[in-house]
Amino acid sequence: MTATTLRPFVTALAALAAGFGVLAIGLAVSGYDPVLALGALGRGAFGSWYTFGSATLVRAIPLILLGLGVALAFRAGALNIGAEGQFYAGAIAATWVGIHVTAWPSGLAIGAVWSAATLAGVLWIALPVLLRVRFGVMEVISTLLFNFVADAAVSYAVTGPLQEAKRVYPQSDPIADSARLPLLPGSRLHGGILLAVVLAVVLWLLFTRTRWGFRLKAVGLSPRAAAVSGRIPVKRVLAGALLWSGALAGLGGGVEISGVTYTLFQNLSPGYGFTAIAVALLARLHPLGIIVTGVLFGALEAGAQGMQREAGVPAVAVQVAEATIILAVLLAEVLGRRAAERAVAAEDAA
Amino acid sequence: MTGEAAVLTGFLAAAIRISTPLLLAATGEMLNERAGVINLGVEGAMLAGALASAVGAAAGGAWAGALLAVLAGVAVAGVFAAVAIGARADQIISGTAITLGSVGLTGAIYRMAFGAGGPGLSLPTFAAVPIPVISAIPVLGPSLFNQPALTYVAWLLVPLAWWFLFRSWWGLALRATGESSEAARASGVPVRRVQVMATLAGGALAGLAGATLVLAQVGTFAEKMTAGRGFIAIAIVVLGRWHPVGILLAALLFGAANALQFAFQAMGLSVPYQLFLVMPYALALLALAGAVGKAQAPAGLGK
Repeated sequence: MTATTLRPFVTALAALAAGFGVLAIGLAVSGYDPVLALGALGRGAFGSWYTFGSATLVRAIPLILLGLGVALAFRAGALNIGAEGQFYAGAIAATWVGIHVTAWPSGLAIGAVWSAATLAGVLWIALPVLLRVRFGVMEVISTLLFNFVADAAVSYAVTGPLQEAKRVYPQSDPIADSARLPLLPGSRLHGGILLAVVLAVVLWLLFTRTRWGFRLKAVGLSPRAAAVSGRIPVKRVLAGALLWSGALAGLGGGVEISGVTYTLFQNLSPGYGFTAIAVALLARLHPLGIIVTGVLFGALEAGAQGMQREAGVPAVAVQVAEATIILAVLLAEVLGRRAAERAVAAEDAA
Repeated sequence: MTGEAAVLTGFLAAAIRISTPLLLAATGEMLNERAGVINLGVEGAMLAGALASAVGAAAGGAWAGALLAVLAGVAVAGVFAAVAIGARADQIISGTAITLGSVGLTGAIYRMAFGAGGPGLSLPTFAAVPIPVISAIPVLGPSLFNQPALTYVAWLLVPLAWWFLFRSWWGLALRATGESSEAARASGVPVRRVQVMATLAGGALAGLAGATLVLAQVGTFAEKMTAGRGFIAIAIVVLGRWHPVGILLAALLFGAANALQFAFQAMGLSVPYQLFLVMPYALALLALAGAVGKAQAPAGLGK
């Protein structure tokens, strides 16, 4: 392996180290024992096969699906910051369909739930796409704003049309047994993990082997150059990337309902849509890398719960580590770009 | 006072109270956007300001809270400036990360300091200060001129920002930086310093916006309490066409739309309350769709 092929891994490790470093310093400053807290984090994520499968991998599934969605859009230079909202849209649709498919054979029921979730994700991002293509509204802001609309939609659903028949708690009735994903015996790990891995491989093939993948990359690198070339319909590529991105995030919501919670309620996601940005960036938008970073951040989320239980550190503290990791990846990219520029300048001078 | 006049007074007062944090945050964001920097961390700075104001007010009164909020906003904007201006990393993504980190940090600090249950804090807040004579004008007086001190601060900032942007040398340097940093640099403007200062000023106002939310509106802190107001402020900047007066009008529009909620509730309209929750975001989207294209953003924004 040459230095260039190793660079992404070194960058990723450095970013992770920065994230944990900041977390450890923050813990020490607030009077916690960082060794104890980070130890609890490690045990919460990797302590046993059960915690790894039932806590870490279960959280990795939505992170991989949403991370793939974020990466797909980012590849085309379209910043979908609304995966959280699309996840919820998918979860609402999945719950609604899942409640009504009691009599269906399992495969069909799961297919219906997933399709509904995917479609809901697409619909949830459709308006931001329209605003972007027709009016030039930055998709960053519009997809962000739609996250808050999704929160309100879930709140409405679980106190209104989708509220449980008993009408006591703000949550839905559980979906039909036929719509639930099979579990790995003795654990809470569900079949969604296979879907996540398969989709990552499919996207990797699409990105690297097809004209569509090439177009995404061309538009992402320079929309103007792509437009000037005259052979790439920039707006269509952008719109397509965002819609597929929404589809994956919506599917993520459907998988969470059919594999983990079976019911809809508020705060179903601990911010998966935002963590997915870190997942995608740390993997440098590479679909296979996203499997790895998805598991890593799944471990971080699972470990955060362990840290809260054992060391009394609020779980939200790991978001600081996540933010640091994103910033570190951005900084590493800047440094890499400068090094490349210097190399080119040195060559020119020689 | 007749019943209708009382309703109108209440509506106007609520509209202005709700618009104040938006006005402050949007005025700040306008400053850094005019310098070519778009800061999505404004939501994070506002949230940090909100928590800092609660901590400061609990320790030393409302004004101490406001001061600490400004410092917290500057600190958050400082991290953004180091990454996005100092190292020239992607502004959009670093701003998003800053907001994400602020949500985590404020949540963690709040739980450590006040406990997980988070009982409503009782904080010293800003009381309404009636302005002599004019606060006695019917309807308008009690709604416009009987507001907390921070509201007057926000309104005074509008002519101040206008004067700074369009009548001072630094304002000219700031606008030149935002339109074309190369041209500005060529004519001797310290471009990076201008961008950093504008971003820190934006952070200070975002922090103050957070303080207003806590100390003059809600009266307590809650996790994620800014609920996207920072992002709405960014939409207000667009709708207000990057102009202090336009931003004042846009912020008032949002305040009024929000205040309608209370008016409708008072009328006993039976619609799901979530519809009202959604209104500011829907309005922001509409505003963006209608305003973009007609309004001219600074040419160098985000670069």
